[in-house]
Amino acid sequence: MKSWLWMVPVLPLVGALANGVLLRNRLGRKAVAALACGLVGLACLLSFAAIGSYMASPEYAAHEPYEQVLYDWIPSGLLGIEGGAFRDFTVQMGFQLDPLSAVMLFVVTFVGFWIHVYSVGYMDRELGFQRYFTYLNLFMGAMLLLVLGNNYLVMFVGWEGVGLCSYLLIGFYYDQEFPPYAGRKAFITNRVGDFGFVMGLFALVAHFGTLDYSEIFHAIEENPALVQAPYLLGLSVAGFIGLALFIGATGKSAQIPLHVWLPDAMAGPTPVSALIHAATMVTAGVYMVARSNAVYQLTSVSELVAIVGALTAIFAATIAIAQDDIKKVLAYSTVSQLGYMFLAAGVGAYGVAVFHLMTHAFFKALLFLGSGSVIHAMGGEQDMRRMGGLKEHMPWTYRTFLIGTIAIAGIPPLAGFFSKDGILAAAFADHKTLWAVGLVTAGLTACYMFRLLYMTFHGEFRGGSEQHHHLHESPAVMTVPLVVLAVGAVTSGWVGLPPLGEVDVHWLDHFLSPVIAHVGDRGEHHASVALELALMAISVLVAVAGILVARALWGKDRGLAAEDALAARFAGLRRLLANKYWVDELYDATIIRGTWSSARGLFAFDSRFIDGVLVNGSRHLTVAISLLSGFFDKYFVDGLVNLTGLTMRLGSRSFRSLQTGAVSQYGLVMALGVVILLGFYLAMRLGGWGL
Amino acid sequence: MEAVTAWGPAILFYLFAAIAVVAALAVITLRNPMYGAIALLTCFLAVAVLFFLRHAEFLGVVQIFVYGGGIMVLFLFVIMLVNLHRLHESRIFAAHGPMAFVIALLLMGLLVLVVAPLRFPEPDPSPAGFVAADGALAGNAEAVAWQLYRGYLLPFEIVSLFLLVAMIGAVVLGRRD
Amino acid sequence: MSEITTTHYLVLSAILFTIGVAGVVTRRNMITVLMSIELVLNSVNLNFIAFSYQLSDLGGQIFAIFTIAVAAGEAAIGLGILVAMFRLHQSVELDRATELSG
Repeated sequence: MKSWLWMVPVLPLVGALANGVLLRNRLGRKAVAALACGLVGLACLLSFAAIGSYMASPEYAAHEPYEQVLYDWIPSGLLGIEGGAFRDFTVQMGFQLDPLSAVMLFVVTFVGFWIHVYSVGYMDRELGFQRYFTYLNLFMGAMLLLVLGNNYLVMFVGWEGVGLCSYLLIGFYYDQEFPPYAGRKAFITNRVGDFGFVMGLFALVAHFGTLDYSEIFHAIEENPALVQAPYLLGLSVAGFIGLALFIGATGKSAQIPLHVWLPDAMAGPTPVSALIHAATMVTAGVYMVARSNAVYQLTSVSELVAIVGALTAIFAATIAIAQDDIKKVLAYSTVSQLGYMFLAAGVGAYGVAVFHLMTHAFFKALLFLGSGSVIHAMGGEQDMRRMGGLKEHMPWTYRTFLIGTIAIAGIPPLAGFFSKDGILAAAFADHKTLWAVGLVTAGLTACYMFRLLYMTFHGEFRGGSEQHHHLHESPAVMTVPLVVLAVGAVTSGWVGLPPLGEVDVHWLDHFLSPVIAHVGDRGEHHASVALELALMAISVLVAVAGILVARALWGKDRGLAAEDALAARFAGLRRLLANKYWVDELYDATIIRGTWSSARGLFAFDSRFIDGVLVNGSRHLTVAISLLSGFFDKYFVDGLVNLTGLTMRLGSRSFRSLQTGAVSQYGLVMALGVVILLGFYLAMRLGGWGL
Repeated sequence: MEAVTAWGPAILFYLFAAIAVVAALAVITLRNPMYGAIALLTCFLAVAVLFFLRHAEFLGVVQIFVYGGGIMVLFLFVIMLVNLHRLHESRIFAAHGPMAFVIALLLMGLLVLVVAPLRFPEPDPSPAGFVAADGALAGNAEAVAWQLYRGYLLPFEIVSLFLLVAMIGAVVLGRRD
Repeated sequence: MSEITTTHYLVLSAILFTIGVAGVVTRRNMITVLMSIELVLNSVNLNFIAFSYQLSDLGGQIFAIFTIAVAAGEAAIGLGILVAMFRLHQSVELDRATELSG
């Protein structure tokens, strides 16, 4: 079973090939949907089978991953690495199934499948139906490559692939002005991060002579001092690699300062936002950090990771509370929750970070799809100020959305509580300040999410009468995925019950432990039961407080009254938050403009100097040389030729005089010849030469 | 008497050599070809004498007969045939005359230079072979005939053929048609 | 000098030969040219005779006979040509005989 692992990424890629190339414009909507969803569904089932097979296998028992190598992709031969040794640098096209990739596999295929199903309904009346599913399948293939790769380069292929698909799908409505811009912004911002990622890859190759996970992590485990040696920029090897890779993660997972693309990415179709910008692609950075935990455990760059995560979390949460676009709220929420994941990874709780990744995938996807359902019913309206009271018209959407909201707020026994609590507990043990930041963010999260809920579903409907007419519950093809994801949002937390003292039922942590390298001095945090319970209580209280604040301001059919009153009172603050701290404007004024003007400068240089002076100059020079050459040819070469002719003519004139026909002259010449011969003879005779 | 015997041949030689040279010069310088022919004849006769001095009696006589009596007559006939004794060319020497004389002088100089230093051993003053035929003493004519019709018979016949051809050729060339 | 050696004959022969050649090359009158040719042949005969006496070999005289015979034939032919040329050009000037020109 697990030997069919390679099919998991390949099946969606086949779907992309079929819908995108082979059967383009040849299939009806039903066929396209069946093909795309079917292949992803099949991949999902295969994933389950493979995971099950792996868990029953000896590799799992030995805490080893199952590796499946397809072929040697880049056999590049001997490579000299730092420290003078030589390695045979070969990159394989291989897949690895271990606990970490199993979790990711499960999340990606399962959530991905239901989002595919949902898309069938959501994109029902859109143009480019086949193109959408082509890109979506392509994305799935790339994401699966990313999580299943057994080396950093295959991960990087997937990394770039999902970046590409993100661009393609954000800019899906290419006939409008904004989506292509948003797509470019996403791609370019990603690329900036990827520069860091690539630097990390180079450093890995330079030090280990390989990019294989198992080889690198085993080498680190055996000799941690190897990567603690000083390297560049005042960092150790591990520090440099960790920082470089994290820069990539910042771009991909929308952390400060490269978070700016995610809110604008909402220009794409909502299922895309759910899949790519909530559940899967943006989590790639977290996955990468978790995968590289052997490196991060040995460097203080981890602390930077945690700080950035925490800062991003609270930063995004403050912005979310002032957004009116339903998808923008969810986007900033995603940024914030990703910050949580990096906070966890930064303090060494890699398992918890992955746990939150999983639960977040469920409830965030649920929330996005629910918002999609709302937008669909509202005929494309996304401004919450024009919504309201939708719970009567869209009961299933409301119920599932409510579940998602409670989950993200961190109310037990739903999923969000367990993962978020795990993060806060780990943060508390390591870095109390960051714990406090996380706690405040949790309160803000609950608050802005319930604000969204109340503004959208409660109170009076504030939209137009046309929209009111069209309000309807979404079809089953859209509501069923909502229900499935809601179930996930409720139950997925139960694999990570927190350890209470000696009672350790955190199944997920155990499951993931083989992946965490045993380096450094990460001791097990065994906080006392009392502390654990106290922390849990505090986080729940904060969440509930947030909910109550929201209820007070926006609940109880209040509508926008409080919103407007607050906006009036804290106008400046509101402006700051609504304009997202003007980060985009700052970037535009500095980096964007700087890039444009240097590009223009370079272009001017190119056209004036390179083209003008060099190219045109060389043209003039060439023309001059060719003129000279022409002269030379005409006068000298031709002159030589003419000279030869002239010589011939002159010479022949003198020789022609021999051909007079005058016999006596011939006789004279003969006599002359005789004289000459005789002269020779005499000379030889007199000279004493033998004759 | 010894003086005559001693100096006789030398005087004869120098005298007739001089005559020959002068006559030859006359041949090439006289304008009138008739006079030139006479001069040529003189030259031949002088050379015949020189032949006698070298015990080539038969050949000397042949020279007189053939050259003088035959060839010169032929020349004179032709001269008179084309009325050349009355026709004179405007210039006697060709345009390249001076150059030719220079070359000729060069040639003479070279030849003399080559020949004059040659020294030969004393020849037999009266070679027996010149007067013997069939072992017995006879005369130069017999000796020549004895050699000619025996050892040199083939060339003899060829030459006679040649003369025949020349005769026919001359007839053909001279035909008026 | 009282002794006439072969060398004297050779020198004389060279002189006569040269005079003949000069005549062939120089004169414009064809008859004179032919006569000069006879001079040349004659000088060769002189040479043969001298060596024949020197070497006591009759072969030289025999050869001289043949030379005389050939000279005769050649004179006949030459004069025949002259007659033909005279008929063509009405003159015996060698300059007129430019058929070989070019």
